[in-house]
Amino acid sequence: MTLEAGGSLKTGSGTGTSSLGSLFKALNSGTTTSRQIVESCLNAIDKRDGSIGAFLHIDRERALQAAEASDLRRSTGEVRGPLDGLPISIKDAICEAGQPATCASRILKGYVSPYSATVIDRLNAAGAIPLGRVNLDEFAMGSSSENSAYQLTHNPWDLTRTPGGSSSGSAASVAARMVPGSLGSDTGGSIRQPASLCGVVGLKPTYGRVSRYGLVAFASSLEQIGPFSLDVFGAAALLQTIAGHDPHDSTCVNTPTEDYLQTLDTPLTDLRIGVPKEYFGEGLDPEVQKIVEEALAVYASRGAKLIPVELPHSKYSVATYYIIAPSEASSNLARFDGIHYGYRSPNFADLESLYAASRGEGFGSEVKRRIMLGTYALSAGYADKYYVKALQIRRLIRQDFDAAFQQCDVIAGPVTPTPAFKLGELADDPLAMYLSDIYTIAANLAGIPAISIPAGWTASGLPVGLQLQGPVFTESRLLRAARMLEIDRPWIDRLPPVAGG
Amino acid sequence: MKYDVIIGLEVHAQLQTRTKIFCGCATDFTPDAPNIRTCPVCLGLPGALPVLNKRAFEMAVKAAMGLRCQIAHFTKWDRKQYFYPDLPKGYQISQYDLPFSHSGLMEIPADPEVAGAEGLTRKVRIIRAHLEDDAGKNVHDESGRGSESQVDLNRAGTPLVEIVTEPDLRSPKEARMLLEEIRLLLLYLGVSDCNMQEGNLRCDANINLHLHHDSGITTKTPIVEIKNLNSFRFLEQACEYEVSRQLKTYGHLEEIADRTKRTFGYDPQRGVTIEQRSKEEAADYRYFPDPDLVPVIVTADQIQLWQADLPERPQDRRQRYQTQLGLSPYDAGVIIEQGRAFADFFEQIVTHGAEPKQASNWITQEIQRILNERKCSIGEFPVSAELVGTILKKVSDKQLTLKAAREALDALVSYSEENTVSHETLEKVIQERGLAIVQNDELLLNIIQQVIQKNPKPVADYLGGKQAAAGSLLGQVMREARGADPQLVKSLVTKALDALKSGNS
Ligand SMILES: [Zn+2]
Repeated sequence: MTLEAGGSLKTGSGTGTSSLGSLFKALNSGTTTSRQIVESCLNAIDKRDGSIGAFLHIDRERALQAAEASDLRRSTGEVRGPLDGLPISIKDAICEAGQPATCASRILKGYVSPYSATVIDRLNAAGAIPLGRVNLDEFAMGSSSENSAYQLTHNPWDLTRTPGGSSSGSAASVAARMVPGSLGSDTGGSIRQPASLCGVVGLKPTYGRVSRYGLVAFASSLEQIGPFSLDVFGAAALLQTIAGHDPHDSTCVNTPTEDYLQTLDTPLTDLRIGVPKEYFGEGLDPEVQKIVEEALAVYASRGAKLIPVELPHSKYSVATYYIIAPSEASSNLARFDGIHYGYRSPNFADLESLYAASRGEGFGSEVKRRIMLGTYALSAGYADKYYVKALQIRRLIRQDFDAAFQQCDVIAGPVTPTPAFKLGELADDPLAMYLSDIYTIAANLAGIPAISIPAGWTASGLPVGLQLQGPVFTESRLLRAARMLEIDRPWIDRLPPVAGG
Repeated sequence: MKYDVIIGLEVHAQLQTRTKIFCGCATDFTPDAPNIRTCPVCLGLPGALPVLNKRAFEMAVKAAMGLRCQIAHFTKWDRKQYFYPDLPKGYQISQYDLPFSHSGLMEIPADPEVAGAEGLTRKVRIIRAHLEDDAGKNVHDESGRGSESQVDLNRAGTPLVEIVTEPDLRSPKEARMLLEEIRLLLLYLGVSDCNMQEGNLRCDANINLHLHHDSGITTKTPIVEIKNLNSFRFLEQACEYEVSRQLKTYGHLEEIADRTKRTFGYDPQRGVTIEQRSKEEAADYRYFPDPDLVPVIVTADQIQLWQADLPERPQDRRQRYQTQLGLSPYDAGVIIEQGRAFADFFEQIVTHGAEPKQASNWITQEIQRILNERKCSIGEFPVSAELVGTILKKVSDKQLTLKAAREALDALVSYSEENTVSHETLEKVIQERGLAIVQNDELLLNIIQQVIQKNPKPVADYLGGKQAAAGSLLGQVMREARGADPQLVKSLVTKALDALKSGNS
């Protein structure tokens, strides 16, 4: 393999871990061991997570054992692939046998999953080491970590700010160099938004590319599990490992996966980049706009054509999403009823009050708000007005993308309207919080893949991401395009203050 | 005052798949331990996803085709949402607006007690048949204090087909007959064991009355749904009770303001229906398409293949036994009711040469008697249908008398306890016991001549005009020629004596 993964190896030093690409090379060349890598991650977690708050649970012994097993494999030439021996943090909504899966909710406090998600089985089969369960907004509902029932996660670039969400711990654990990669999930931007706000790579795959089996469902028709990584190589390697057909998930498609690593370093020629005017309008922070436009200029200088495209229905994305997602959530979360597992309130007199008290006390306010929204939207007499109408608009949004992709290969734009906001800044304004997903939601509604890559930093040192969206099953194209920017403007060596930057 | 009874049924039948509808758990949960046939999917654990069991779908299609339903080319899955402890996901996966089948038809003889219905066929339209997953079982006390409540999810996720009829039934008896006919159909199709005690076949009845007042005004009583009837008798009794209750409550009213549908249960001990849920609590199930499952597309070719594979319906068989085999409706019915294996056995007997009426008598009498004695099912009957057919063919061919045939069958049955029985065994039994009708006329004529020569007295008496004297000669011939056809012997003896008579004159 001739891979030019960026970043320098600084294991064991005060800077914590490095990128998956460089760790992979270091393992191959024998300059480090999986055990050393895992130990340096654990050290970094010990040093930094007190101020970051990414991890909810860590099983050190298991991780060290897995590292030793990997080192043994390497010594006998039985390496299972590019991730063998590399630690990955896991969003606490992706089930792992024998590990807690709280979804950052009180209602699942103490719940331990008896089975593993398909993606976890695949990580294990590839020799990767799940290292720790990381924080999220409760049941993946939120954009800041503030909806976690357990703790706030802080942005490694500015501890007073949000890391984004809902995969807050995934992004922060990677950005703070505590782990080289993570798995999160993206229902309306929950991978891309925190990746952008934390300055790491985050990819939401095409709907159906990755099995959802074992991902605690929030909005089934919208969400996908996807990778976080410091480098594009890591995102490609993780996607390579977790993607593909799964007989346990009917919505996981049976089309062959590509070899994402094989083509990664081959730049795309004659790339046509669609630039929707809707993504550069009102509400976009001027500094974010400037950084995104500079990134586009890099592509232009590499021969890409920038083509104006239109996504006329994108203005309805947020409204549509906030009908469909809560509708599905209201149903998906019905199983948390205080009867079968999880939290049961002691304050009940009969069956109905058992349900009411357990759910009332077990769920946080944002989750309850969405359950109520969804219940209303699906109620007799209202379903046609809300749910059915939202499905119709969802189709129009898909058609917008189909039409736009007639003219371009990828669509580029900002990930979020602003850099990371202050923790607490939007906590009392759910509507403003919802609007922070305005550029990411459409990809979930349309089912298309999208990636967020670090495009630059604001004057005050906050990272800003560039979003690239492609037609379904063009993950390979998105990764190659992302790699072009990474080669031109490497970001790996820029460290957040918490990691010694 | 005249009135019409209007009844429609919703029948739930468990499909006898090996595994559950959306996971790989076994459906045969005969072991009594609770919750042992479960997995993350049917326990509704966080993150688990359903995957459709193709066999369950195919079985459901079979049932629907048996009901003469149209099979949809596109069908999808919907969530029916409500909270109950036996429902671990908080919703049932069912089918709402696009069921996999619709527009079927069942026929039963109309209840002769219904005015003008005597001798008619009651055509009952099937609105739809759809597929869904069953819930678990609750054992819980009424107060709802968790300590005494238990949930067993062994049954959760078992495939259920729900059959909904139009309100085409006109009496409690017809309701019962339809459910019986549906049960028979599902048994013949091999899609459900229809064990009503286990709740594998159960039904809800929707019932109301059209009251024709003497004034000429017709009023309709509110529809009552009687839930969860798990025996034919309870179905009929509950409907009968409900008819009388509605007559008493509404019979005198020419105007009924509140016609909201209400839900009742049936208490078989007291023989009464009891209101369960009032209209205020009417559930809103908030149906919506299940995003975890993909729609099922069925091609016309596939439907054709399934159709070609469909076993004959019991109703069609019953008809065929009458028109093709000449059985009476009663005889045909008796055989069909005994189940498919029994009817198959009957047909094999006929195929191997038995005269159908004879075969029908035998299977419902001789064979049924032996089955009862031995307490076994037709599948365990020790003599093959082919051999039984062969025995009965010998009767039609006048090689065996009916009595001898019975003896041969009994002999084969007892012989079967230690040996396998074959055609050779049958021949051996016939020979050893001298059961065969003596076919050789020459031999018979010799015996007759010998008897005539040895008995001059009765011969002379006969020739002298005493017809009765032939009787003792006949008896002697029969004794000598064991197994001879008595009719044949009689005519040959008469012929021989008459020859003497004419020779003397
Ligand atoms: Zn199961």
